[in-house]
Amino acid sequence: MKLSETEIEAIRHEMTLYEDPGAATIEALKIVQEHRGWVSDEALEAAAVVVGVTPTQMEAVATFYNLIFRQPVGRHVIMVCDSISCYLTGYEEISAHLRETLGVEFGQTTADNRFTLLPIVCLGNCDNGPAMRINTDYHGRLTPEKVDAILAEYP
Amino acid sequence: MEKVLTKNIRDNREPMWIAEYEEAGGYEAVKTALQEFKPTQVAGKVKEAGLRGRGGAGFPTGVKWSFMPRFEDRPEERPAHVYLVVNADEMEPGTFKDRLLMEGDPHQLIESMIIAAYAIGADIGYVFIRGEYTECQRKLQRAIDEAMEAGYLGQDILGTGFNLKIYLHMSAGRYICGEESALLSALEGRRAVPRHKPPFPAASGLFGQPTTVNNVETLCNVPHIINNGAEWYKGLGLHKDGGTKIFGASGHVARPGLMEMPLGTKLADVLEHFGGVRHGRRLKALLPGGGSTLFLTEEHLNTPMDYEGVGAVGSRLGTATMIVMDDTTPIVGVLKNLEHFYAQESCGWCTPCRDGLPWVEHILTNLEAGLGNPGDIELLELHVKLLGPGMTFCAHAPGAMGPLDSALKYFRDELAALIPSDRDTLGLTQPANAATHS
Repeated sequence: MKLSETEIEAIRHEMTLYEDPGAATIEALKIVQEHRGWVSDEALEAAAVVVGVTPTQMEAVATFYNLIFRQPVGRHVIMVCDSISCYLTGYEEISAHLRETLGVEFGQTTADNRFTLLPIVCLGNCDNGPAMRINTDYHGRLTPEKVDAILAEYP
Repeated sequence: MEKVLTKNIRDNREPMWIAEYEEAGGYEAVKTALQEFKPTQVAGKVKEAGLRGRGGAGFPTGVKWSFMPRFEDRPEERPAHVYLVVNADEMEPGTFKDRLLMEGDPHQLIESMIIAAYAIGADIGYVFIRGEYTECQRKLQRAIDEAMEAGYLGQDILGTGFNLKIYLHMSAGRYICGEESALLSALEGRRAVPRHKPPFPAASGLFGQPTTVNNVETLCNVPHIINNGAEWYKGLGLHKDGGTKIFGASGHVARPGLMEMPLGTKLADVLEHFGGVRHGRRLKALLPGGGSTLFLTEEHLNTPMDYEGVGAVGSRLGTATMIVMDDTTPIVGVLKNLEHFYAQESCGWCTPCRDGLPWVEHILTNLEAGLGNPGDIELLELHVKLLGPGMTFCAHAPGAMGPLDSALKYFRDELAALIPSDRDTLGLTQPANAATHS
């Protein structure tokens, strides 16, 4: 398969920002993910060709970084902070509520493909714990009721 | 008290864009540094001010800069590029201060980078930003574009012959990227595995070229040192270290948040600024500067909060964003949460860290579930030694052992009491499935 012209152009631009163009592996994966939601084997290989690294090198990078998805995800990705400040302010209640409401465990996607639920390390939102991130939006000082209202904003 | 780093920052974090920033005195320090001082003089001022790294380690910034090779007298030997890399990979558990600086005053960081790059002779600057901080990316990119337009970036800046370009790199996760040599591996598009030192980045850093890596908050001090001088800067501190610091508090405090205060402010006063322990409860313990610092307790409330002061009571100032626990908090749960983080975030390169940290988490999980065994406390103590400084490839595992080490000192009885009394022989009464690692 081939990447779209838009993807290739964006990756080539990133490659100009480094002394070694091959350094743009992470940007390339992120660009592919932005356009396709996740990084399939085929898309990974195509991105490797553009950057000029081997598929193995690209895979080594893709599997190291947790914000690169190597499996399909739902329309919205929920990342729930499970680090210390949120743990102290009610992570367990929020996490249980999300799992129950969505009917999925961490790492799973709802049957209607609406949400993928993932754990995340400290989001840097510690004064607003318990906190989570949906797509690129931060949400904090969560209560079960507030979580319900927030989820409704993501159809 | 005098606000330095946060003087331009509004409560809603809507930044001053370039016209307003210049009106407030912004970019004056760039003009002074580039037009009135040689690079070595700028570096000398920062060294004289005693600025120490705000990313956690507290290494003197001016000394770090002095390791950079100088090419003023031998321009023909100058490598293709010399790099300044900003560590904006804020992932230390409980730390949220650099986000404030980037979202609230992006031009301050860009101005700081220009002066720092001039001091070390860098021609390219990268800001390595954690992937989740997309708001920082948006605001910093606008600040870069504005600075470029105004002639503070690009070729022949202010007619001085100094050139600098700044690029943003958005990371894709993993705590280990904050370790400076791992960060360079990540910036080169590889797995973020730390590198052997020596060579240090100043000798062989990004793409093998001379490189300095500095934290966001560290750099943000630089324009103020240039504008007001080293003596003024040293005078801002209340104890041994100079300057102000962004302190933070999260967990069981009444008003969690961030506040700039003089270095050396007493722990009790810092806590008071955040409303003290919430619901009128008593303090059990706190981690003074992120997840890898050692616990402090009520007996340390008079500690002056600077590098020297916190070091003297056996912990570290770290990032100065404290995580507070009230007297209802089981210490085993806190430790299990922290060690889960460190076990998960080990890069896997060296065996003690990759295998030792999950084992520590496993012991703590058993203790919390009432499945501990006699000898577990001693086993944890052994891990503190085996994963300590010098035993692993980088500082990740030794950092992870900090809170555990201090918990074994202050809360040993509480942890030991979790071991059921009927478990008199190691493992014999343990159900077969208890060893299953979660």
